[in-house]
Amino acid sequence: MMLEMEHLSVRFCQGQQAVTAVHDFNLKMDEGEVVGIVGESGSGKSVTAHTLMGLLRRSQVEVSGSIRFQGVDLLTLSRQALREYQGKELSIIFQEPMTSLNPTMTIGAQVEESLRIHTRLGREERRRRALEAMALAGLSNPQALYRCYPHQLSGGMRQRVMIAAALVLRPRLLLADEPTTALDVTIQAQILDTLRDINRKEGTAILFISHDLGVVKSLCQRVVVMRRGVIVESGSVEQVFYHPQQGYTKALIAARPARKKLMGGVEHG
Amino acid sequence: MSGVKKRINWYFAAGGVLTTLTVAYILLGMVWTPYDPGALSAADRGAPPSLAHPFGCDHMGRDIFSRTLQGAGTTLTIALAVLVIGCVAGLVLGALCGYYGGVVDGAVMRLCDAVAAFPSILLALVVIAVIGPGKYNIIAALGVLFIPSFARLVRGEFVKYRDRDFVQAARLMGVSHGRIIFVHILPNTWPVLLSGLAIGFNNAVLAEASMSYLGIGVSPQEASLGQMLSEAQSYMLTTPWTMFFPALVVVVLILGVSLLGEGLRERMGDGL
Repeated sequence: MMLEMEHLSVRFCQGQQAVTAVHDFNLKMDEGEVVGIVGESGSGKSVTAHTLMGLLRRSQVEVSGSIRFQGVDLLTLSRQALREYQGKELSIIFQEPMTSLNPTMTIGAQVEESLRIHTRLGREERRRRALEAMALAGLSNPQALYRCYPHQLSGGMRQRVMIAAALVLRPRLLLADEPTTALDVTIQAQILDTLRDINRKEGTAILFISHDLGVVKSLCQRVVVMRRGVIVESGSVEQVFYHPQQGYTKALIAARPARKKLMGGVEHG
Repeated sequence: MSGVKKRINWYFAAGGVLTTLTVAYILLGMVWTPYDPGALSAADRGAPPSLAHPFGCDHMGRDIFSRTLQGAGTTLTIALAVLVIGCVAGLVLGALCGYYGGVVDGAVMRLCDAVAAFPSILLALVVIAVIGPGKYNIIAALGVLFIPSFARLVRGEFVKYRDRDFVQAARLMGVSHGRIIFVHILPNTWPVLLSGLAIGFNNAVLAEASMSYLGIGVSPQEASLGQMLSEAQSYMLTTPWTMFFPALVVVVLILGVSLLGEGLRERMGDGL
């Protein structure tokens, strides 16, 4: 097992009050697997991902349970030790490509940043690896983009730059936190194709977080449905989508816009 | 990228021209003055502007052109030194406070509030009263008093950026705090910091002038613009040129840097 999350609970504490964001979350992932977490807003899916990445300020949250990545419990590591994994073995792509890139750094510098932090490669080698990652992320003209600044790029291209930056060190696990939500449908489909390619070519496992059931269904092998911080249902995509056991999952699936309905005339009111 | 029609940045152009002129003026003053700026001449006391003395002479017969050439240099040196102290210390304090927050942030900011609550000239007077007058003491006193405004400016920017997505992303790549502060966030604060520097420079020039005007600035032998204005005060009505030309140099110096700062801000604002 590459990743094992067991009995993970996350509580946000503010003064006397505490809110449980995630309760008793369990998930196992193998190398190269693509797993989706779906749920409505506030269901705890992003908190789970952020906990996995070590993004939460430890002073503000109470985390219990374990997150074992390649046999090491990430929750017991010091910040310094965790940094060894961040960006190298574990990478994340955020939801908002418009704000996830630094406006004052060139695309090349940002894609290279992980290499600069985690390796001792020379300038030329870094550049070569960055261009390679940019090509892998589906950017058609990496040479020209290398010197550009983010404001010169479209949203779809920026998200590809984020993917390139996340992939430049060939991580074993890529967390995608609603990476296509801010993009239009055409670009969304292209980005999903790119992620699928990366998974196939590089064997990178992907933990894909989304509220879009259609996207998860087309990309993932397994899916976890969350609601109010608790896992409602989990299993293979076929199992969950075609034979849902829980009422909530059924309701979620029924709430998806079906093609038939749209063709038959939009219901008013 | 290209094909965008370039608008002429008038602020930048005008500021550039004025600042270049002033700097040239000051550099000239370092190597050459028509007369010795300190030389007294009884015959020329209060002489009006003429070919021999383009800016006239003061009440002691000293050539005002020569004195402004030298005095502008003194004023500029003091202003820049003050700015460097205030900006560097303010930058470091503000960046750390803004980035880390917490108790230290609160304490430092309250201290800055306390300093800012007093008129800075008054505080500078107190400091000078304790450590004594002189060029370097003036620089030290004003420099320290300039720290809070920069610290607050920079802190505000860091608070704004510290939880931005791209900063989070950098953290998740394993980038160290130091590198995040100086490489990832600091360049984003340039537009605001530059305006702050331009305003700070003007304040520093005026503060030096005010201190010298009050007679606690540079020593009387050394010319500075503020000190010249101070001396000219009594003769303003009889020999107005003793007041006019030093004041003109102050105005051109400040105007040039202000316009330059505004122009730079506009230019960087376009890019971001």
